[in-house]
Amino acid sequence: MGFPHDHDLEIGTILSRHFGDPKARELDTWLTYGGYEGLKQAVEMDPGEITTIVKDSGLRGRGGAGFPTGLKWSFMPQEKSGPHYLCCNADESEPGAFKDREILRWVPHLLIEGCLIAARAIRAEHAYIYVRGEYFPFTSILNDAVVEAYEAGYIGRDILGSGWDCDLTVHIGAGAYIAGEETGLMSSLTGGRAEPKIKPPFPAQSGVFGKPTTVNNVETLAAVPMILINGADWYRQWGTEKSPGTKLWCCSGHLVRPGNYELELGVPLKDVIYDVCGGAPDGKKIKAVIPGGSSTAMLTADELDVPSTYEGLQEAGSSLGTASPIVLNEDTNIVRAMRRIADFYAHESCGQCVQCREGTSWVAKILKRIEDGDGRLSDLDTLYDLCEQLTGRTICVLADSVVFPLRSSLDKFRDEYEALIGGRA
Amino acid sequence: MSEPASETIRLTIDGVEVAVPKGTTVLKAAETAGIVVPHYCYHPGIPTRPAQCRMCLVEIEGQPKLQPSCVMTAGDGMNVVTQSEAAREARRSVIEFLLLNHPVDCPICDAAGQCMLQDYAYETGQLESRFQEAKLVLGRDRIADDILYFADRCILCTRCVRFMRDVAGDEALIVAQRGHKAYIDTFPGKDLDNEFRGNIVDVCPVGALVHEDFLFKARAWDMDSAPGVCPGCSNGCNIEIGAKENQVVRIKPRYNAEVNSYWMCDYGRKHLVMANRGARIDLPLIRRNGELEAVHWGEALTWLSERMPEGDGVAVVSPFESTESIAAFRALLARIGISGGGYRLARGDEAQLAGFPKLKLRAERAPNATAAELFGFREVESLPSIAAGATVIVAGDRLDDLPADFAGDAGFFAYLGSHLSEAARNADVILPITTFLEMEGTFINHEGRLQRFRQALVPPGVARPAWMVIRRLLSLLGDGADVLEAEAAFERAATETPGLAGIAWSAIGPKGVLVRTDGAAAPSAR
Repeated sequence: MGFPHDHDLEIGTILSRHFGDPKARELDTWLTYGGYEGLKQAVEMDPGEITTIVKDSGLRGRGGAGFPTGLKWSFMPQEKSGPHYLCCNADESEPGAFKDREILRWVPHLLIEGCLIAARAIRAEHAYIYVRGEYFPFTSILNDAVVEAYEAGYIGRDILGSGWDCDLTVHIGAGAYIAGEETGLMSSLTGGRAEPKIKPPFPAQSGVFGKPTTVNNVETLAAVPMILINGADWYRQWGTEKSPGTKLWCCSGHLVRPGNYELELGVPLKDVIYDVCGGAPDGKKIKAVIPGGSSTAMLTADELDVPSTYEGLQEAGSSLGTASPIVLNEDTNIVRAMRRIADFYAHESCGQCVQCREGTSWVAKILKRIEDGDGRLSDLDTLYDLCEQLTGRTICVLADSVVFPLRSSLDKFRDEYEALIGGRA
Repeated sequence: MSEPASETIRLTIDGVEVAVPKGTTVLKAAETAGIVVPHYCYHPGIPTRPAQCRMCLVEIEGQPKLQPSCVMTAGDGMNVVTQSEAAREARRSVIEFLLLNHPVDCPICDAAGQCMLQDYAYETGQLESRFQEAKLVLGRDRIADDILYFADRCILCTRCVRFMRDVAGDEALIVAQRGHKAYIDTFPGKDLDNEFRGNIVDVCPVGALVHEDFLFKARAWDMDSAPGVCPGCSNGCNIEIGAKENQVVRIKPRYNAEVNSYWMCDYGRKHLVMANRGARIDLPLIRRNGELEAVHWGEALTWLSERMPEGDGVAVVSPFESTESIAAFRALLARIGISGGGYRLARGDEAQLAGFPKLKLRAERAPNATAAELFGFREVESLPSIAAGATVIVAGDRLDDLPADFAGDAGFFAYLGSHLSEAARNADVILPITTFLEMEGTFINHEGRLQRFRQALVPPGVARPAWMVIRRLLSLLGDGADVLEAEAAFERAATETPGLAGIAWSAIGPKGVLVRTDGAAAPSAR
């Protein structure tokens, strides 16, 4: 399911208004849609002014963590003592997430423009777009757009006659979830294994090639041009004080209308699931929703009446993540679903930290055994203990990522585990 | 990673107040208080610190998460607890995780007894594993022509990968695959043939990397260990000699910040294992009626003292002899009137360790040419042809490349040595001396660093250190008293050259001491 469906909560799509329009990929058409107007403003502006506008807009990182974008930019050194770099994180790998793909696929020039404005804001002379290896067809669309933009003078030397230079390189990853973690991404980009690195140093101190670097998600950067053109207050007409703006949703699983939707932040999650996506097909009930991509805590059908903001889902004990709800209907075997998720993280662990390397695969093996009817009640104690051991002990949060769904599935669906175990101690 | 010494900070570690220079890591600061924080991936000689083994996590007051002490910079007023319940529990779980797929084949593992996984597993004391699943089996691999990799024992601390990359400057090793299927392998298309590859075995905290020369040779607790100095070249790397049943079975580098850091080269390792070769001279032999006859020391030395010719002759010393023996030999030559004297020195290719340039396999393949120079011996490419009736006296040089009729018509030929070559058999008297492995003494390396080594093996038969033999002979010749201890031998030597003047035996510390070599020509680099 590609571009957004029509739905009752239509707010006049902002980011996604040209999704589904192949002509939007072409520069000539894109310019008639108002393309590169933001960049024209940006090249006339002081980097600090750009950062201030983005800060005021309240835009938060769309890669899952929700860190305020303007604040992140302001961590970059104000005085340059060497090159600065911008990395656009297009290594979209979270199971359930398929929003960045749509931006690459339909509006590549929007992303390029966002990258250049951000590069200007952080005083970078080179922007890299690190694209997930599996996104090969979309990368070639992006590449075509980059060539067009270079030829038209939007990238390269003396951009739009401003005297400012900035290059842009598209880099294709080799297919690893952990390359989406910012330090792993930078390691992979510079020829190393996609292995997260201990912080400090933070990327703004020492990132790509050891130079100050900012890493931003595709959707974050794509939102920047319109914020610059229309102003911070305009962007704040949507969403809440802490979570302003609109968000691309990726709805999958047992839904009548799965797919991408652009929605105002703060819409109740149940409205997204039932009104926008039509609930579960065939009149089935919904058993659980994993709201923010597979690394977030499961919510039961009774817990869906929460505002879809970063803070709202956090209060509900889960996370907005990438706003990629995976819906599981009443027929779903939760243990099996959880085992499938654990398999993913065990497969994608880079293997540096002992807890993650050994723990994720141990979790997956225990779940498989329970699923196969050979579990014991003591396994549940072990799983709970592993939730402790895998939390907050490692370089990055991949190990934590398996704990969120695991612990919530144990807490909320223990009866399903016990039914499969059948009372064996 | 620089540690400015200017500013001192104070912190508390397990209740002990510590003062360290600003920039010191918590792990290092704990060391100064005598507290060892368990760790695997951190190695003091490898500059990169990935903080990936998660074993050194400690609790720091005010920090919500446990912190890796190997990279955490100590802060002023910090309160660190290494033994808190949370920190201990974190370590326990790391050990449990490491042992999940580990074969626990300690009974046949070369590292058993000197294994950091064993040590910490005993410390955390978890008797049973909760792991109910089948263990992952990765198997064994030959990673270099003399090093085996037991993947199932590997804890993926990546010390070996980082030693090769960050210290040897040769990216020959990589982590292959990822997650729980990860293992160490050679870089595709590259061989692990670096001159310093043996160090990866030493840095391995477990039994994953095993040197084939040592494979199944000895249990760690069955070995005798002695601190030595590598005789392979003139660098003078500090080593630990592991011996079992009076055979050298394992060589490991020993830390010396001034010479070799934590490392040594493979030439040195192999050279030393070869020390076990060959039949040894184990009794004094004197020529009677044209035949060599075994006698005891008293008889041999009396016989020799009565026949020792006076006047000039040919003298040869080996640069493998200790400083004390070379000094004694010079004293003997002076007594009988031989003024010159030479030594032969083999040369070979050099190899430098990129990450620690002072460690270099040097062209001069002997440990003590500097001492030979100091005592007036000069390098000779080959021995002069021995004139009929000449006096020849050789100390240490094996003469094993010389023709069987060497010095056949010499007037008098005395040989002090450890191995009996064809040429040495022509001697009139053959005195069994110890190799450096069987004695205590000193070598002086290429830069003039005097370093002590200890006895690692029991000498064969009645072989004695050359200095002891020669000083006894000199006393029989009426020149000074007997010397029975290495310390006394050194102190006698120190009175015989200005280079060693004023150096006390007890002052030769673990780093050695620089001597004055200006009176001696350094062995020329050819």
